[in-house]
Amino acid sequence: MSVNQVSVFLENKPGTLNNLTEILAAHNINIRALSLAETSEFGIVRMLVNDVFEATNVLKENNFVAIITPVLAYAIEDKAGYLNNLLKHFSAASVNIEYMYAFAGKERAYMIFRVNDTKKAEALLQSKGLKSLTQEEIAAV
Amino acid sequence: MANYFQEEIECMPVEKIKALQNELLPAQVRYVWENVEYYRNKMKAHGVTPDDIKSIDDLHKLPFMSKADLRDAYPYGLLAVPLSECVRIQSTSGTTGKRVVAFYTQGDIDIWEDCTARAICAAGGTKDDVCQVSYGYGLFTGGPGLDGGSHKVGCLTIPTSSGNTERQIMFIMDLHATILCCTPSYAAYIGETLKEMGYKPEDIPLKAGIFGAEAWSEEMRRDIEKTLGIKAYDIYGLTEISGPGVSFECSEQRGMHINEDHFLAEIIDPNTGEVLPEGTQGELVFTALDKKAFPLIRYRTRDICTLTREKCSCGRTHVRMTKPKGRSDDMLIIRGVNVFPSQIETVLMNNGYAANYQIIVGRVNNTDTFEVKVEMTPDMFTDNVGEVQARRKVLEDGLRSMLGIKAKVTLVAPKTITRSEGKAVRVIDTRKI
Repeated sequence: MSVNQVSVFLENKPGTLNNLTEILAAHNINIRALSLAETSEFGIVRMLVNDVFEATNVLKENNFVAIITPVLAYAIEDKAGYLNNLLKHFSAASVNIEYMYAFAGKERAYMIFRVNDTKKAEALLQSKGLKSLTQEEIAAV
Repeated sequence: MANYFQEEIECMPVEKIKALQNELLPAQVRYVWENVEYYRNKMKAHGVTPDDIKSIDDLHKLPFMSKADLRDAYPYGLLAVPLSECVRIQSTSGTTGKRVVAFYTQGDIDIWEDCTARAICAAGGTKDDVCQVSYGYGLFTGGPGLDGGSHKVGCLTIPTSSGNTERQIMFIMDLHATILCCTPSYAAYIGETLKEMGYKPEDIPLKAGIFGAEAWSEEMRRDIEKTLGIKAYDIYGLTEISGPGVSFECSEQRGMHINEDHFLAEIIDPNTGEVLPEGTQGELVFTALDKKAFPLIRYRTRDICTLTREKCSCGRTHVRMTKPKGRSDDMLIIRGVNVFPSQIETVLMNNGYAANYQIIVGRVNNTDTFEVKVEMTPDMFTDNVGEVQARRKVLEDGLRSMLGIKAKVTLVAPKTITRSEGKAVRVIDTRKI
């Protein structure tokens, strides 16, 4: 199962990211993982939050452009070599990664992947014995 | 050696000009009264009839016309002749509801072209010159106006129209153009491009430029003159009254001579409408003295300037006006090209996006900068930076093919475009005049 990521457009200038976190904080939304891609003029915030529905609603109400993007999340051992092992499966299945980010939990590490054909990639990796996390699983981390 | 197109008129003694105007004005007012119901009703409401207008001293008795009247009477309400007598229209604006559509009889065109021919001669033009008209041709009066004048003078006319700077330069250099007609910002741009290509002023065959349709500073004039190795002449006009050539600069470069045999000028207090004495700054008001199709009386230009009758050493006796301080209008002229906000709207709509945009025009090193801010929408957005950039590029390409010039598209957050009383501010023009 893919996980829903919230992607938000921000202008590349001081204060815009803070405006975003201000709104999320006011609505008690917890950010579990966040990555920021930028150009000289704008940025795209990609994040996993505990309440995707609430997050996108409050952002839209506050004039942000926020969309939901499916991403694949995998849990791996937080030890040397485990990301390398995971990526070998991506290579073997010829899955192209558009972007990725990661965060470490108490016991395991979590890798988030954006691929162009999420369903196909997920099936290919599943056949190699890799099971992606569900929204509930990632929320429970 | 002063060079005139119609010396007997251009250098007519002031008393004779006044006598001519005293003869033309009462007849023109009667003509408009008889043929334009809209203005007749205005005169009636104002308690004035043609019998009250015996000379130009009675001009102040007549009601003003403004852009609002042009809108109310659009399209045919101010037409004084049957459509079958009209041979042309020109227009100032696109689809935003503030358009001015002016009609011309062949006689009106002749008058207009005489005026631009006078401007070309004042810039030293003769039948031996090669005159490149790089104003836009089409609804905009710049191209057709100067083109007609150039023909009347007998110059070899190169009708390049605006845009495609490389081709402009090719014609200037290969066909030895001696006079360039375009907007000052486009002249500056052509000049900078020639400089980048390694041409020195002495390599460039141009000797004069007739630049108008937008505000420009003395500093910009000097820069253009230096880069192109020319003398730069200002020209003024407005579609409502005819087009470029209502007034033009002579070699003295100290104000523009108004073609007073055709256009009667006044300066008024823009707040009270009171006529101000010569030499006082105020709003310029024109009365067309002998136009047939679209004859406006006491038309308020919204241009602020001063008039002077001080003797001009060029020999011309017609009153001179100072360079106006700009005009509020829908149409923008950017790098010599007409840009209507509605065109930007069209490009956005064609791509399936909402039309939340703002045009920002500035000037850096005498060249216009042109940015279009577009508010991001969910339709335009993806989580992929490259894809968002590609969509931005599609808009830039669309604008370029629509307008003929390059615009920088900046994506901004929703609801960030300046709004005034709930309405988005569509144009921010920071060009210093």
